[in-house]
Amino acid sequence: MSKIITTDTPIDPQCPDSMLHTLSVYVNNKAGVLMRITQVFARRGFNIDSLVVSTSRDARYSRMTIGITGSSNGREQIIKQVTKLVDVIHCQEHTTENAIVKEMLLVKFLVDAKNRTEALQILEHFGGKSVDLTPVAMTAIITGDPAKIDAAINMLSHFNIVETVRTGKVVIARGDSPT
Amino acid sequence: MKNEQIDGAQALIKTLDELGIEIIFGYSGGAALPIFDALETVDSNIKFVLSRHEQGACHMADGYGRATGKPAVVLVTSGPGAGNTVTGLMTAQMDSVPMILISGQQVTWMLGKDAFQEADIFGITLPVVKHNYLVRETNHIPRITREAYHIATSGRPGPVLIDIPKDLSQGPFTGDLNHKDELDLPGYKPEAAFNIDESVIDQALELISNAKKPLILAGQGAMIARAHQEMLDFATTLDCPLTSTLLGKGIIPETHPLALGMLGMHGTAYANKAICECDLLINIGSRFDDRIIGQADKFCADAKIIHVDIDPSEMNKMISPDVEIVGDAKAVLDLLNAKISEQKHPEWNAHLDGYKRKYPLSYKKQGGLRMQQVIDEFCIQTNGEAIVATDVGQHQMWAAQFYKNAQTHSWLSSGGAGTMGFGFPAAIGAAFACPDRTVISFSGDGGFQMTLCELATAAIHKLPIKIVVLNNHYLGMVRQWQELFFDDRKSGVDLEGNPDFVKLAASYGIKGINIKRPADVSRMVKQALEYNDGPVLIHAECIKMDNVFPMIPAGAALEAMLIEPPKHKMEKPTGST
Repeated sequence: MSKIITTDTPIDPQCPDSMLHTLSVYVNNKAGVLMRITQVFARRGFNIDSLVVSTSRDARYSRMTIGITGSSNGREQIIKQVTKLVDVIHCQEHTTENAIVKEMLLVKFLVDAKNRTEALQILEHFGGKSVDLTPVAMTAIITGDPAKIDAAINMLSHFNIVETVRTGKVVIARGDSPT
Repeated sequence: MKNEQIDGAQALIKTLDELGIEIIFGYSGGAALPIFDALETVDSNIKFVLSRHEQGACHMADGYGRATGKPAVVLVTSGPGAGNTVTGLMTAQMDSVPMILISGQQVTWMLGKDAFQEADIFGITLPVVKHNYLVRETNHIPRITREAYHIATSGRPGPVLIDIPKDLSQGPFTGDLNHKDELDLPGYKPEAAFNIDESVIDQALELISNAKKPLILAGQGAMIARAHQEMLDFATTLDCPLTSTLLGKGIIPETHPLALGMLGMHGTAYANKAICECDLLINIGSRFDDRIIGQADKFCADAKIIHVDIDPSEMNKMISPDVEIVGDAKAVLDLLNAKISEQKHPEWNAHLDGYKRKYPLSYKKQGGLRMQQVIDEFCIQTNGEAIVATDVGQHQMWAAQFYKNAQTHSWLSSGGAGTMGFGFPAAIGAAFACPDRTVISFSGDGGFQMTLCELATAAIHKLPIKIVVLNNHYLGMVRQWQELFFDDRKSGVDLEGNPDFVKLAASYGIKGINIKRPADVSRMVKQALEYNDGPVLIHAECIKMDNVFPMIPAGAALEAMLIEPPKHKMEKPTGST
């Protein structure tokens, strides 16, 4: 199991109480586990904004990092409901205070010889780099926290952006504590 | 020692036998052929019972599970066979009943290709089971079967499905059945239920010692934990009244002076008044279902609440308690019982006794036959000692009110799911589980017709079930709601065209008894109870327009309880059902 899915769904305007939460879920690396987990969120009305799943260092398990939007008061309950699943080893919520949160952006935009230097300056500022270059287009890679990615897209938007692909957040706990 | 050459299906049956499975209810079909064949080729102690529909097989296993606490196995084929079990699985899951369901499946290489009788039953059943498996290797079958048993029976019990493709059940098993693979369940830790935080026990004890008007609420969790003796000790030591949920009926004898009967939407007036007036509610094993709390923010608003539940996700789900105790109900009661000292609450109990006298459950014996009288008579003549299965609707609530259970694990009713058609097949399961006990099935004319094909199952096994059909020619509970909240517009509730139930029974070779007049009830019930040469169907022709009271409109606070029919037009309720 190794999937990378992301969507750019904004916070639900219908639900004033809704907040973004980042959960790290450590699960058995088996078919169907993702279905079990997404079902819990969908039933309680939590939208999944980003989802990163990959095999962990111990191949018997997978790590899921799930960004969800939903009411804060349902969050504790949903963590318990996810934890209750037989295939879930543990489920924890992380914030930027107790964890490093990063994502990766691939962005393709139209740029020719005239303004290529400006594009490279912007990439340099954000610590990004060009990974594909043609006479009319450039594809760049940028990593960082989600706010930085948003800012980079904003700066590049005066070029003609063809498309963006974001990985969604991955999270690791700070210090020596496990995620 | 090397195993004789066996196939996956034989390994399955040998493993089930070793786990102590006594009975399989099921319905055969193509993809399950190797497993059905293994029932013939493997020498085991397992009895197979052929139902007449897969849903019936599930409810039979459910009734067996509720009556014994042990799981029965359901065995069905792929596609529609497995699909027909969904309601039965949901019913078991909602009420935490242990069950193992084995479904045959198309061959592995045809999965996902719309092959004949292929259905993704793994995906279909995900939300209605505790856990499920799609087997991918023949040699995994014994381990998965043992895992399924462990998951179904431990922690908060529930149904587990194992879907076995036909090529794997008939494929060679090359493992060693004598060498048991370890269970591979790193995320499943039911033993945590016995590792109880002593500090919260002390917090609970402090609330208990300060309470002037304590009340125990006992639910299915206490029943599953077999905590009946501990519960009785706890209640009597504290001189504390006890109300139970629908599924907690019988946790202490319902005729005990401290017993208040069932609470909630159609609970007793005295139980609901006790909830409104208590200063401490000690909930042991109930999940605060919407049918008992009504309006959550007004439920026990002035009382302290202790919540004991084996499932951490039940804490703060509906009600925020003052003390949360996560653990097995019996283990928690043992800890509490070791530390509580005797209390006396004469004023509080006398006050509630006053309510019992003022608002008794009652019915009329004039103006036609009422379901309550038939149920009451069965209770009187069996001393409340029978195993009672019910269906869903008005008769279920009247049975809850008037059949006073003297025994634990003797009330089989679909609480959470409210599954019509449940009662009669559940009674069949219980009759197999407890051949020495009287088993009564109460159904309405609506629910009974949903699974009445199982009359054949009851007849061929000569099960001495008292099949009581309480016939008012209506879907009575829905009609009651239409009368109260929809200006008595009857929509989709008239069961015209009902069969002659006694003749129907006769066509299966089953004895039938008709009751039409209140004066005949006692004699006919006696006759039914004395007949033990197979099933007997008791058809009671009841009045059409009776309503269940007390009643709390869905979503309303318990204070809004109607003790008798309202004199004014009612607002539509805010809750769903």
